[in-house]
Amino acid sequence: MPTATVQTAIGTPTTSGILLFFTILALTLVITYWAAKRTKSAQEYYAAGRSVSALQNGFALAGDYMSAASFLGIAGMCAMKGFDGMIYATGPTVGWPILMFLLAEPLRNLGKYTFADVVALRLRQGPVRVAAAIGGVTTLVLYTITQMVGAGSLIKLMFGVPYEVAEIIVGVVMLAYVLFGGMLATTWVQITKAVLLLFGVTLLFILTLAHFNFSPGALYAEVSQQYGQSALEPGGLVSSPVEAVSVGLAFIFGVLGLPHILMRFYTVPDAKAARVSVSYATGLVAYFFCIIPIVGFGASALLGRKLIAQVDAGGNMAAPLLSELLGGTPFLGFISAVAFATILAVVAGLTLASASAISHDIYLNVFKKGQASTAQQMRVAKIATVAFGVLAVVLGIFFKGQNVAYMVTITFAVAASANFPALFMSIVWRRFTTQGAVWSILVGTVTAVGIVLFSRTVWVDVFHNPSPLIGLNNPAIVSMPLAFLAGMVVSMFTRSEEEEAKFDALTTRKFLGVGAE
Amino acid sequence: MAKSAREITESADFRRLVSRRRSVTLVLVAAVFVVYFGFILLVAFNKSYLTTRVGEYTTLGIPLSMLVIVLLWVLTMIYVFWANNSYDKEVSRLKAQMTEGDA
Repeated sequence: MPTATVQTAIGTPTTSGILLFFTILALTLVITYWAAKRTKSAQEYYAAGRSVSALQNGFALAGDYMSAASFLGIAGMCAMKGFDGMIYATGPTVGWPILMFLLAEPLRNLGKYTFADVVALRLRQGPVRVAAAIGGVTTLVLYTITQMVGAGSLIKLMFGVPYEVAEIIVGVVMLAYVLFGGMLATTWVQITKAVLLLFGVTLLFILTLAHFNFSPGALYAEVSQQYGQSALEPGGLVSSPVEAVSVGLAFIFGVLGLPHILMRFYTVPDAKAARVSVSYATGLVAYFFCIIPIVGFGASALLGRKLIAQVDAGGNMAAPLLSELLGGTPFLGFISAVAFATILAVVAGLTLASASAISHDIYLNVFKKGQASTAQQMRVAKIATVAFGVLAVVLGIFFKGQNVAYMVTITFAVAASANFPALFMSIVWRRFTTQGAVWSILVGTVTAVGIVLFSRTVWVDVFHNPSPLIGLNNPAIVSMPLAFLAGMVVSMFTRSEEEEAKFDALTTRKFLGVGAE
Repeated sequence: MAKSAREITESADFRRLVSRRRSVTLVLVAAVFVVYFGFILLVAFNKSYLTTRVGEYTTLGIPLSMLVIVLLWVLTMIYVFWANNSYDKEVSRLKAQMTEGDA
């Protein structure tokens, strides 16, 4: 909280902040109203009628991925820890090229609404869909906790609204987007937010550099003079190479297992559009993570670490404070409103992905064996949406005060272990079987979550035990290979000629798009 | 006469398409691993290299970390360029074999 030594409007609602916040809110609700009139069928609700262009989906993918946590967190890390923040900033981009090379086009050609469609395509619907829903929803719940806890603290910090009220506001507004406007509204809210966020960060980047006559060297010189040359050198971030490789694997393959990212590929008309949309998204994500470190360094040079830490010990307010210094209260209001819109949009995407797992995978394909009217499907989809929205708010309040920063990389590790191995094997390996898929997903989910529970991050920091039972913080390096191994071994013992025979049709559909929806 | 899925997957043309795609993706995936993990392992094992100054105060690590991000994007664009210009043509030719006569 602001102290006597810090002169900042952060934590107090300002006229410009409130005005900009309500402008963005009004704009997104107009989008929702427009989208609601175009969203009647299940295909429109989950996949925006496959009418989204490659450029639009590129922005929406980037929007789904650029969370408030990455924007504020990495800027804060660069401000407080210098070069270590920059090392961290290389991580979030690395999954995107791999997503492009291995999954984007096959996913579009083979699926309908969820990644489980692809895994279940030539395997038995019931077991595969239940397992995929377990893996998918576990990932989404973890991701939602990080977003909701971050949202509550952030909104409290920025606008002075109580934590619980902030949670409920996020829940209600994002439910309005998803419930009435489905994927079309979620996509356009995501695009709006991505444009605003990129604009805000770019402006912050330019204003920072302008302060140093557009010479990054002058900025680094200032950082070095204030905090010593070590601020521009690697510190303690990569202390254990095994841990660093594990985090790297989580970043790479986590993107390939995030259900809300994967379901975006069904909103475009064909595989080529899916491919082109990833190229836009990768460009935007790369640009975003290239310029954020400059903002962080700028904050430490122009504001000083001491002042940033007075407002928030973790450094999360570095970017908002810098915006206030460089552009006054209106710019702070803009950045705050954009950060808020970012949270809303990301949680909306997560909610829609969970609703589709529950209603499309479980209700329609397991309980109803694929036979349900549009009205029935929509009713269940909307019930699932509301249920997940309520769950998000409850989880946000329940985990209040927990340090969730570490949970982002752990969520990626769970996604990389639970969802990616089964998804990948189902499209490349003829002998992959139903039981193989089920065991791969369950082993991946349980080992990833299990290792985290007994590692320092939970066993010591949350349960206050004296020492961790497992000396690894990020499980990906163990849990992902185990998920692959489980899938392979079980498949070898449960060969199915019927399932293997269907692999030819899958292959032509995967490469040529024959029979794609 | 349209060909069946089995006939297509066993045809020489299709096998060539699949193996070419596999080669391209393997090389690109390997390149991503070399670029990213190369950088991370450099941080882990050769910190002094990254602290070399390239400007008055600027260390080599700073432009290098940006180069990593830019290279990841460049690799993505190489794939898109290849797929748009070479892969798609072959796909539409083979797809026509499978669907001809259906229309």
